Amino acid sequence: MAEALGKTLAGLLSRISIPRISARGKALVYTGLAIVLAVVFMAIAAPLLTPYDPTRRAGPGYQPPSWEHPFGTNNLGHDMWSRTVYGARTILIVVGLAIAISMAIGVPLGLVSGYYGGKLDRALSMVMDSIYAFPSLVLAITLAVVLGPSLFNAAIAIAVVYVPTYFRMVRGQVLSIKEELFIEVARALGIPTREIIFKHILPHLLPTIMVVFSLSAADAVLTEAALSYMGLSVQPPTPDWGYDLYKGKGFVLSGYWWLIFFPGLMITLLATGFALIGEGLGEQFRRE
Amino acid sequence: MSSPTLAVEDLTVYYYTLKGVVRAVEDVSLRAYRGDLVALVGESGCGKTTLSYALLNLVPPPGRIVKGRVVIGGVDILSLRGDELRKARGSLVSMVFQDPFTTLDPVRRVGDQILEVLLEHDVPIEEARKRVAEVIESVGLSERIANAYPHQLSGGQRQRISIAAAIALNPRVLVADEPTTALDVVVQKQIMDLLDEIRKNTGMTVVLITHDIALAAERATRVAVMYAGKMVEYGPKDKVIENPLHPYTNALLKSVPDIESEEWPKPIQGTPPDLRNPPSGCRFHPRCPLAKDVCRRGAPDVVEVEPGHYTSCWLYAKR
Repeated sequence: MAEALGKTLAGLLSRISIPRISARGKALVYTGLAIVLAVVFMAIAAPLLTPYDPTRRAGPGYQPPSWEHPFGTNNLGHDMWSRTVYGARTILIVVGLAIAISMAIGVPLGLVSGYYGGKLDRALSMVMDSIYAFPSLVLAITLAVVLGPSLFNAAIAIAVVYVPTYFRMVRGQVLSIKEELFIEVARALGIPTREIIFKHILPHLLPTIMVVFSLSAADAVLTEAALSYMGLSVQPPTPDWGYDLYKGKGFVLSGYWWLIFFPGLMITLLATGFALIGEGLGEQFRRE
Repeated sequence: MSSPTLAVEDLTVYYYTLKGVVRAVEDVSLRAYRGDLVALVGESGCGKTTLSYALLNLVPPPGRIVKGRVVIGGVDILSLRGDELRKARGSLVSMVFQDPFTTLDPVRRVGDQILEVLLEHDVPIEEARKRVAEVIESVGLSERIANAYPHQLSGGQRQRISIAAAIALNPRVLVADEPTTALDVVVQKQIMDLLDEIRKNTGMTVVLITHDIALAAERATRVAVMYAGKMVEYGPKDKVIENPLHPYTNALLKSVPDIESEEWPKPIQGTPPDLRNPPSGCRFHPRCPLAKDVCRRGAPDVVEVEPGHYTSCWLYAKR
């Protein structure tokens, strides 16, 4: 299994080897990667980067940014730098979980639906299209309300929104790849259908899946922020960018700009990072 | 003679399209023995490829095998279902396709593609690895090529790999659907030589689908001539080529240019019929120089004119 995975990755890397990506595409991908990896680093190394507990009072409230509190403190005296750094954990966990769930459902369904076609395909496509017809944010909010506010439920709500994206993309590609002659050959030589789908069709989809992954991750970051802004994601005092944004909003008119500036900046940065990766890769694959 | 390796009996395949039923293959029978190279010749659209898919029970929808039997090594392929059928493909009968540029998976090493065929037929991994090396050498390539990706190989090399994958399990019958059409003449000869060699060394029966009757005349041991979904003539190569019975076979042979002859090749007038609505009677009668009234009225039976040499034509059929 590990060997097969390694080979698939090697094959994939040989297909998207860096020299073949255009200078513009490369710049986009690297910038995006730098941003996303920086946020991931923040999330992993959070305890090392922060001198204060993000959920405890660290000093007087409403302190503007200073050496002691680089991002200032909020109304409760929490250190905003610590909250921002720990907030990266929350959003990455929710987004990662949501994307993993929607991929785990959307990709296999798309493969099966595209490969077998017929009634199953029509039924699945109809279900997916009807989910797709909802405005994504409205659907996510509705689901989060119904499921109740929690980290896991927020992930599920976001996942449901992106399942059709993966399904449609995968299904469409399978429809064209399954007509390739090497699929016919595999059938003529007695390769089982399961192997044909996962070993001969899936590897061809990985580049597209990567593009859709980055773009939907960018979108999911914004959706998560929106959910937590409305208190539908993790519950306080767990640090979370969207929630901090919401809490800080009330103090803006009093001049405490840092309470919304830093969480807002981080949300924008992370979404931009994912979007840049997707755009850069997409540019390359579209050209091929 | 011993029992045939491949026996096709009354095979009939229709395509059920929205525009009507295409009678692609109708009542085709043939027998081939160990080590035979059966050439299946005919114009484009005469049902050759459909017949070859039917030999693997792999007719794509909306096609359906309406009746008939395909017995290979004593097993009726058409009666197999599910896993039995899957395993029969590759081990009992397998296929080499026309275009070697699209028949290999571009993202996987060629050795792995052959290995996969073996593993999916329950060959233990150690043995399978050995067999991959062996079979790659047996098609005239170096064992090292197993690590190459298809785009690193030439057309001839790829076709050799396709053949290696097809014969890895020593099937009784190898169907080769125009295996040399996409290749240049030098490589064509090499591939045909390779098929000959495999056939002689292993006793595999090769069914060669081709529109090139000259190639059939040169290589085959038996020739089957198809026209508009019907088998019009079938027999040992020498008899069919030297003494063609059916007017279509005759016309086909005359249409091939001969460098030593003074005569110009004679093309066959007209075009093959639409198989949704084939002509009444003998399907060749609209283009047949010898057509009589009876040809329009009814289809002739298949008759054995001399031992092993069959044709379906009113010139020989009993009324």
